[in-house]
Amino acid sequence: MFAAWSNSISTPIGGAVGDGFIGLFQLWLGRAATPMERLLEDLLLIAAVFLPMVLLIAMMSIWWERKVAGHIQSRLGPNRVGPIGLLQSLADGIKLLLKEDLIPAGADQLLFRLAPYLAFAPVFAAFLVLPFGPNFIFEPRLNVGVFWILAILSVEVLGVILAGWASNNKWAIYGAMREACQMVSYEIPLGLSIIIGVMTAGTLSMRRLGELQGGGIHTWLIFRNPFVFCAFFVYFVASLASNKRAPFDLPESESELVAGYHTEYSGMRFSFFFFAEYAAMFVISGIQVSLFLGGWNDPAGYIGYASHQWMHDPQSHKLALLLLNCAAAGMFVAKCIAIVFVQMWIRWTLPRPRIDQVLYACLKVLFPLACLLLLGAALWQLLVSERPGVPWVDYQPYQWSAWQSAPAALVVQGILALLGITGIAAIVGWIVHAVLSAKDVKKRLFQIKPASHVETA
Amino acid sequence: MNLSPHGLIAAISMGNVLFYAFAAMIACAALVMVISQNIVHTAVGLLFTLLGVTGIYFLLDAEFLAAVQLVIYVGGTLILIIFGVMLTSQSQRSRLGPSLPQVMVALTLGAILLIALVVAIHHVTPTLARSQPAPGEYPMDLLGQALLGDALAPFELISVLLLVAMIGAAYLARGRKRSNENSGSRTP
Repeated sequence: MFAAWSNSISTPIGGAVGDGFIGLFQLWLGRAATPMERLLEDLLLIAAVFLPMVLLIAMMSIWWERKVAGHIQSRLGPNRVGPIGLLQSLADGIKLLLKEDLIPAGADQLLFRLAPYLAFAPVFAAFLVLPFGPNFIFEPRLNVGVFWILAILSVEVLGVILAGWASNNKWAIYGAMREACQMVSYEIPLGLSIIIGVMTAGTLSMRRLGELQGGGIHTWLIFRNPFVFCAFFVYFVASLASNKRAPFDLPESESELVAGYHTEYSGMRFSFFFFAEYAAMFVISGIQVSLFLGGWNDPAGYIGYASHQWMHDPQSHKLALLLLNCAAAGMFVAKCIAIVFVQMWIRWTLPRPRIDQVLYACLKVLFPLACLLLLGAALWQLLVSERPGVPWVDYQPYQWSAWQSAPAALVVQGILALLGITGIAAIVGWIVHAVLSAKDVKKRLFQIKPASHVETA
Repeated sequence: MNLSPHGLIAAISMGNVLFYAFAAMIACAALVMVISQNIVHTAVGLLFTLLGVTGIYFLLDAEFLAAVQLVIYVGGTLILIIFGVMLTSQSQRSRLGPSLPQVMVALTLGAILLIALVVAIHHVTPTLARSQPAPGEYPMDLLGQALLGDALAPFELISVLLLVAMIGAAYLARGRKRSNENSGSRTP
């Protein structure tokens, strides 16, 4: 958004829709927006869409996590405030607002106050480049999108370290030191696995990443070659660790460090850390979706096809383009929620390793693995001829003639896509099974109550 | 400077407002960094200086440079600084009290640098035209090709240098561990 403010070049309209929200805005306006309109559009976007969206995502993830945790532990989770407990996070937020904000006497006043914002603001900034749809990107002109998220999320650690140091509490400083060494070491496999994806795609721009994967499930980056397929899992593990999610939640392991780096925080300042963690969960799964899992595209490639078709004549497809963007955003958010769900599932299933085991897993397992995968992916690009270009624009992804120059790539992509579909089907089946048996648990929980009442009476 | 009403309105564009905001942030944070006697406050001052420079890079449309600034300086160097502070200082609230000669040397060097910068800026004619990349041209691609093409030799030299530094660090860390073991603190 800085770039949009700082210069007044107008996006060309007529032939194609301009980038991002401003492109859609100009399409509806029918002319190039003046700088003042641009500024108003940006401010409105921030106030009416961006802020509420980030807060809503964080709040809903907190509710979802508690619900998942409850069902995994044979309880019901929050179910009192609002329908199926949906407003629980709002109630908790109000409670936290009303609580006293304690600052310990020995704490470093200034840094203690600063740390929560330093932890939350970067996550917020990372949302700027998440591609919710072909036009639904807050900052589309940032052509280093993936790199920007990596960069800005590394600032978040500073908030955690400062919180631990400023608290003047030994548990807090233990948590902060663990966070520092965990983050510094897991950034390497995280970065390497992102590089594998970026290398295969050949771009860092989030929008272009989405366009490249628009030709159906076999053109998603994860199914491009076996090395990217493995890099997906390396990224998943490394992102769990760098976001301090269980089983890597050593910085705040409540069974040994009270609450780790936020031991001394209460009230609103504590909730900032909480919000940062849940918003970051969405951000890292957002990178994973847009880099490996096809971004906003559906498995059949219909969104990619439709956006290509309608871009030719945007004026007569105004409403269609808007609806398409909404559908794409729904697809993107659904994929992100699926990955966030797996993160929660893992949190409530696996026990926590020791810090030396965590570092062993990074430096002696994930790091060499990521290096090997990087080498493999580079060799693959050299040796196996691929079908380059944007689907639907440069080639028809479902026509044999388009793949004649790259039969090996088609076979590999087909096999991997089938493997992926099987895996996704298995996970979905498992979840459906879990949900059905959870209903049984609910029934049993409710049936026991009246029975015991009768006995005591 | 154009001081007609029209020129004034043009000068108060969002980009200029943001530029002055970032410049103020850099100046204040740098001042905190120099004046503060608490070493962690100094580090945080440096952090905000570097963040402000990132903002200036964004205003100049140098997005890659801004991201690199964040990764290398803000992410890397500051974590190292805070590591250093935590591991080396004796008490948590260690104070830095520079002696008078140190202050004098610092002031002299600062004054020389300031004068040099002012003179240099006065001799530069402001002919910085903003160059927009053509649509469809990705500056990142050009940068990558330059790094692995024309600038390959320096690029490889720097990576060898980094490797040397890494091996050196690993050797130093390992040597310390051995001497600890030799001192006989091993208890079953």
